[in-house]
Amino acid sequence: MTLDWPRLADLLAQHVQLSFAALGLALVIALPLAIWSVRNRTVASITLGFASLVQTIPALALLALFFPLLLALSAVFGDVISPLGFLPSLLALTLYALLPILRNAVTGLRSVEPAMVEAADGVGMTGLQKLWLVEAPLASTTIMAGVRTAAVWTIGAATLSTTVGQPSLGDLIFAGLQTQNWSLVLAGCAAAAGLAITVDLLLGLIESGIAHRRHARIWGAGIALALGLAIALWPAPASDKPVVTIGAKRFSEQYILARLIGRRLEAAGYDVRYREGLGSAVVYRALTSDEVQVYVDYAGTIWTNEMQRQDPEPRRQMIGEIARWARAQHGVQLIGPLGFENTYAFAVRPDDARRLGLRSLDDVVRVAPDFVFGTDVEFLERPEWQMVQKAYPLRFKGRRAFEPTFMYRALSLGEADIISAFSSDGRIAANGFVVLADPKGAVPSYDAILLASRSAAADKRLMAALRPLVGAIPVEKMREANYRVDRDANKQSPADSAAWLDQAISAKTEDRNP
Amino acid sequence: MATSSPPSRPQTARGPAVAFEGVGKTYGATIAIDRVDATISPGTFVAIVGSSGSGKSTLLKTVNRLIEPDCGTVRIDGSDVATRELHQLRRSIGYVFQNIGLFPHMSVAQNIGIGSRLATRKPLADERVAALLDLVDLPRAFAARLPEQLSGGQKQRVGVARALAGEPGLMLMDEPFGALDPVTREALGEQYRALHDRLGLTTIMVTHDMAEALLFADRIWVMARGRIVADATPAQLIAGGCGAEAEALVAVPRLQAERITAMRSAERAP
Repeated sequence: MTLDWPRLADLLAQHVQLSFAALGLALVIALPLAIWSVRNRTVASITLGFASLVQTIPALALLALFFPLLLALSAVFGDVISPLGFLPSLLALTLYALLPILRNAVTGLRSVEPAMVEAADGVGMTGLQKLWLVEAPLASTTIMAGVRTAAVWTIGAATLSTTVGQPSLGDLIFAGLQTQNWSLVLAGCAAAAGLAITVDLLLGLIESGIAHRRHARIWGAGIALALGLAIALWPAPASDKPVVTIGAKRFSEQYILARLIGRRLEAAGYDVRYREGLGSAVVYRALTSDEVQVYVDYAGTIWTNEMQRQDPEPRRQMIGEIARWARAQHGVQLIGPLGFENTYAFAVRPDDARRLGLRSLDDVVRVAPDFVFGTDVEFLERPEWQMVQKAYPLRFKGRRAFEPTFMYRALSLGEADIISAFSSDGRIAANGFVVLADPKGAVPSYDAILLASRSAAADKRLMAALRPLVGAIPVEKMREANYRVDRDANKQSPADSAAWLDQAISAKTEDRNP
Repeated sequence: MATSSPPSRPQTARGPAVAFEGVGKTYGATIAIDRVDATISPGTFVAIVGSSGSGKSTLLKTVNRLIEPDCGTVRIDGSDVATRELHQLRRSIGYVFQNIGLFPHMSVAQNIGIGSRLATRKPLADERVAALLDLVDLPRAFAARLPEQLSGGQKQRVGVARALAGEPGLMLMDEPFGALDPVTREALGEQYRALHDRLGLTTIMVTHDMAEALLFADRIWVMARGRIVADATPAQLIAGGCGAEAEALVAVPRLQAERITAMRSAERAP
């Protein structure tokens, strides 16, 4: 699989823009705060305490926390504030960069010798002259060391902004992790590390330039940084074709379907952008705010997460209700179901199924005290799990959460005895896992549904290009496509698998309509 | 009330008169200076001596308002320093202190020219820097050096040059040569006294070294417990009768001198 260089360059540019903006904003906030802190002990304890507190929050959680916060703000101020993408990433990374800059600046300014202050006062400097001519230059190397730390942290943490819908080098890492494409993960990591090292070296040159009063060094490194930012900000050549942004959540099927939609739209004369690796809540929100124009979601997810419904209904009615609700609430168009379901499917190893006579979830109630339940990271917090528990009194020996990729492996290795698998996943059949029936119908239907934003719904040509996908993908084809990406040997990229899927379902359509 | 004046005032004197009127400063329960009244005639070199904590540095710093007194008035040529704009006041007074305080990130020339930069945003002219280096007996080539490349004595010469750069009439010196070795100290003291006379300055120097005070000052104020307990010429102090504190301070160099003399005569004796 070869690396997509233009995509890497684009992500690198976005990464630079985001981390430089966050670093710049952090400097603008932290330096005045540091000056104030040095003059006032109370302010110092408040600012340093706050910055340290922020630092204890994992970066991923900090990013995620800005989503509901900005969502609430956007409810008040309207569309000016977007809870997705650049803004939450910028704010979270800025907060993260505050501590090293603030702490070093306070330390640096405090360590200016009293004799320097006395001399500055003695020669008649004003407060500002003292700060600018004496305190700042003497503290500058310590301050620069803090800026360097902040820069490295920010560039590293910026990879996590992928999860809130901001394109960054994290896109490669997250996509690679989900599809077990290690070269993609390495490419993302190497690019981020290379960027961090380069920026750190340039800032280091500025630091040593200040320490040794080498103005050429300061200017040279400063110009190199500015040039890098300018290149990153240079607008991509404007496309004369209309641009459509396709969203995808964080698993193989989503990456493949996004590429399949992309292929169809490119064929119809559109220029396509991808926003991949988005969380479930994030991606629907991105569609309502028109930052994403098309993506595939699942009926049960919208039903439980967005509509807050817990009463399962027959598939057809459910899809009809979702369509009405989405149009009325957000102007979102449900183009139609794709033809397969990706529901939560409880799977066990075939030998256990045979030995213990496991056919349905009812049978599991009996053996649950000896079973370890493996799930994806979100399942135990989802309403579906509540619904399942209500229907079947399951008391497991233990529970373990995995990234989806590792969940299947955990079952085959015996790390877990039953997993909440995805029914369209190719690894169920490939491993010979046995899927248990849900006789009480506790899990709602998870028909894959194609959703379009308000603007996309108004574009007749776009809708015409997508409508042939409705009902076109049988679950066997989807499983095969997923397996091509997820299998360990002879792996395909989501794009290649999408190409295969495109051909497979086109052939089928032709078969049907000779 | 103490009044200090030089034996003969130089024709070129530009130094102002200085007056302390009931100047007091307390830190909590501690009285640093206790309502001091004293005047200094233009062109006088006054040394303030006294043990640690006697209030000599505090009194000195009320003149350029590095310390603001709680009560009383300090006047320079009759005008109350409290009414002067703070930075203008300080820029018009030369200030030299024990820790020197040369800015390590600035060259010698930039240090000397800092007052000009503050007032006019322009560096001091090269000729002017050279003249000031001449004045404090440093090679002109030192202008381009950084403070870290200088010895302690050289640094304090630059400190004096910096203080003189704004052509002040009044010099405040807070144990200026206290951290230097005795030989350098003696030479610098001597040279500074010569500068004081040549430029017609008014100088107030705080020192804990009585010998330095006796040799270089026109008048000596002995301070104890925040008060000036003696105000006399060096000759008067040596003659005695200026109070117990003054006696104790004069006794030290006198005894040292007598011992050295005794050792010399013992050596010469056959």
